[in-house]
Amino acid sequence: MLDYETLKIIWWLLVGVLLLGFAVMDGHDMGVGTLLPFVGRTDVERRVVINTVGPHWDGNQVWFITAGGAIFAAWPLVYATAFSGFYWAMLAVLWALFFRPVGFDYRSKVADPRWRTAWDWGLFVGGAVPALIFGVAFGNLLLGVPFHFEDNLMPVYTGTFWALLNPFALLAGVVSLAMLTFHGANYLMVRTEGQVYERARLASLIFGAVMLVAFAGAGVWVASGMKGYVITSVVEAGALPNPLDKSVAIQAGAWLGNFRKAPLLWLVPGAGFAGGLLALLLAWARKPVLAFIGSAVAELGVIGTAGVAMFPFIMPSSSDPRSSLTVWDSVSSHLTLSVMFWAALIFTPIVIAYTGWAYKMMAGKVTTAFIESHDRSAY
Amino acid sequence: MVTEEVVDLSRLQFAATAFYHFLFVPLTLGLSFLLAIMETTYVMTGKEIYRDMTKFWGKLFGINFALGVTTGITMEFQFGTNWAYYSHYVGDIFGAPLAIEGLMAFFLESTFIGLFFFGWEKLSKRQHLTITYLTAIGSNLSAVWILIANGWMQNPIGAEFSWVTMRMEMTSFWDLVFNPAAQAKFVHTVSAGYVTGAMFVLGISSWYLLKGKHVEFAKRSFRIAAAFGFASALSVIVLGDESGYAVTEHQQTKLAAMEGMWKTEEAPAPFTLFAIPDDDKRQNTAEVRIPYALGLIATRSTDKVLPGIDQLEAQAAERIRRGIVAVQALESLRAKTVSEETRAAFEAHKADLGYGLLLRKYTADVGAATPEMIARAARDSIPKVAPMFWTFRIMVALGFSFALLFALSFWYSAKNTFTEKRWLLRWAVWFIPLPWIASEMGWFVAEYGRQPWTIYGILPTHLSTSTISATSLYGSLAGFLFFYTGLLVVEMYLMFKYARLGPASLGTGRYEGEADYQPAR
Repeated sequence: MLDYETLKIIWWLLVGVLLLGFAVMDGHDMGVGTLLPFVGRTDVERRVVINTVGPHWDGNQVWFITAGGAIFAAWPLVYATAFSGFYWAMLAVLWALFFRPVGFDYRSKVADPRWRTAWDWGLFVGGAVPALIFGVAFGNLLLGVPFHFEDNLMPVYTGTFWALLNPFALLAGVVSLAMLTFHGANYLMVRTEGQVYERARLASLIFGAVMLVAFAGAGVWVASGMKGYVITSVVEAGALPNPLDKSVAIQAGAWLGNFRKAPLLWLVPGAGFAGGLLALLLAWARKPVLAFIGSAVAELGVIGTAGVAMFPFIMPSSSDPRSSLTVWDSVSSHLTLSVMFWAALIFTPIVIAYTGWAYKMMAGKVTTAFIESHDRSAY
Repeated sequence: MVTEEVVDLSRLQFAATAFYHFLFVPLTLGLSFLLAIMETTYVMTGKEIYRDMTKFWGKLFGINFALGVTTGITMEFQFGTNWAYYSHYVGDIFGAPLAIEGLMAFFLESTFIGLFFFGWEKLSKRQHLTITYLTAIGSNLSAVWILIANGWMQNPIGAEFSWVTMRMEMTSFWDLVFNPAAQAKFVHTVSAGYVTGAMFVLGISSWYLLKGKHVEFAKRSFRIAAAFGFASALSVIVLGDESGYAVTEHQQTKLAAMEGMWKTEEAPAPFTLFAIPDDDKRQNTAEVRIPYALGLIATRSTDKVLPGIDQLEAQAAERIRRGIVAVQALESLRAKTVSEETRAAFEAHKADLGYGLLLRKYTADVGAATPEMIARAARDSIPKVAPMFWTFRIMVALGFSFALLFALSFWYSAKNTFTEKRWLLRWAVWFIPLPWIASEMGWFVAEYGRQPWTIYGILPTHLSTSTISATSLYGSLAGFLFFYTGLLVVEMYLMFKYARLGPASLGTGRYEGEADYQPAR
């Protein structure tokens, strides 16, 4: 069994992998959903758009489910505190996601145009709302969240839903929404042709630019003296987790601390910019597959930047800093982390392998002619 | 502030969302294997009609599956949103099977379901058949891990409380996985799913036969459903008995409540076929009993005694008194006033910690609990009898009626006379909704019967919630009911529409009534 400290760090990386898997896979579905009403003008065009993700959205959504389950298993205190604290935000995500499975499966089963338009907007909500809220949640994590623990470790959130919608968090929401929509647009270029392709390309250029500007804006915001958090007591990384056993200070510019200590880490936000910029140019140059890879790298950079800036913090508390949750003290037991590590190590590559096979088998452009000849079997 | 109202609303919301979710799960479990059987027949015989059967029943499967996914998302996150203390207290054990379910099972099922629908032209026959099996296996593996999680709530083994981290921690992963409560529950639950799938196909096929529509298609579907359903209905009963035996071992309060056993009876105890249990007077009226039956079924012996409610309550009171010591010792340990004595006192009493926590419903200071509070907490430790007694009996009666229907269907399909037995076909149509009722009753017995605990004997329900306001809960409960009911109406509309259309909806040109299906655009 690996030692406890190593496993704690591995699990920080693994949650990162799951979030990245979510952004790359479910993210492009959500981007496609967000773009659906705009890049598809006629019913057939919209069916083309939907069928590009038709065989895959369900498998991709499991990245989201599994990320939730893994956070439960590896960071139970984060799962408990974040999801109950962000109660209404979580419910908004869940309720928006409701529209996806039914939207995909039910839309083409009735011919009435009002029925179909209604589900189109349902799929839009199911793509855009979660994408926005995930960013808003990350923004709030960077700012710190008002919560504390009672003596028995019951988490108590003392903020309101509306307080989550502050300017910085909304900017982070724009980064996230633009990033996933950009990625979805690149995917659409890979799988479509003609009018839909042209509109997806335009969307890629717009949302790629928005993502880069918003990401830069958020970076400037953080760099220009935004408050971060530092642990001021001695860290016993291998100790039994107890989030109340430390002291934490709030300091301006603290989120740059890791970058100052290890300048190589600047490569992470660098990947966000470089991936985004390259993807933008490649979309412009009509190289959609490479553009899709570029926007995936951008996602790695953007999500990684938030993670690296905050490390070892996961969910800092603004109202009671010592209650802050970190990779050292919000984790499961040594045994559970170890068991889950092996489970992830065995199954993640298998999942990636058969997902790759599934994409390979279904590869190729989805055309209007295909939809017309598969009226009853296509979405 | 966690009030009783918050606890009740949280329970109501969980119950409502879980009940909705389980409207869609059993059909997925059962129909996925029926699809695999139909497609196997297609690949082996090369007869087109079996491919059409796979596609048509697959369409209905998809309509159901969409809502299964929709309502399932909620389940993965609701522990965190509404049961934060539970999530902290047992996440170390409970989270693991949920995460493994995602990695090992749900990915498999969800990745290949897309290829099942859209891969007919792109995959070879064998490849497609393989992914159909993988979908079915994936959905059943999901059930394994979910029921391992649930089994641990009923029989929490392989874990220990740590006062440093203030939670339960896993001590053996394999104990968790091979929990006998979980194994028994899994086989019983998936068999119930197979019965549901078989009843669905049997009933709708019977309806076509009664209407004289798609006769060849319906006859073949009926035969497959009758055989599969017969085997499943038998196993659901046998394995339900196994599940009941696990309850006898691990949850005596649940057994006593569902059997309405107020007093400890001499072994082997009689089985109460019918009674009107009165929870206030603590007695049954109008009892009809079968001598020895319960003792034989529940203990598989003639001499093991089944404790009645009065005795179990007295035992609980004793454990509560010991639990008080554990809670007090824990409080001093947490306050860092650690002495060897407190530590020893805690270790000696920690098995009863959960019972001490039952008192928190009545007082924050457990040490100051009055004998009256202890009596009330002990009384809480037994679930209400009347709802348990009845839901259990309805479930069992339905289970036996399914076995009878499938036995007859199988018999007449073997003799090839089932199309003439219009009474049988009508029976099958009317029975379509009943497996769902039986399943929901079963879950009611399992989960209501676990009360007052979320983790049996470890964590009381009233300590498990999040610190959210009752107002928020009214809002979220209303939202869930609104969305789920709306989606259920849509689902039922499509299900009826496509079941009525039958294989004509495939647009192959081989089935009557194709003109009824308006093409898109």
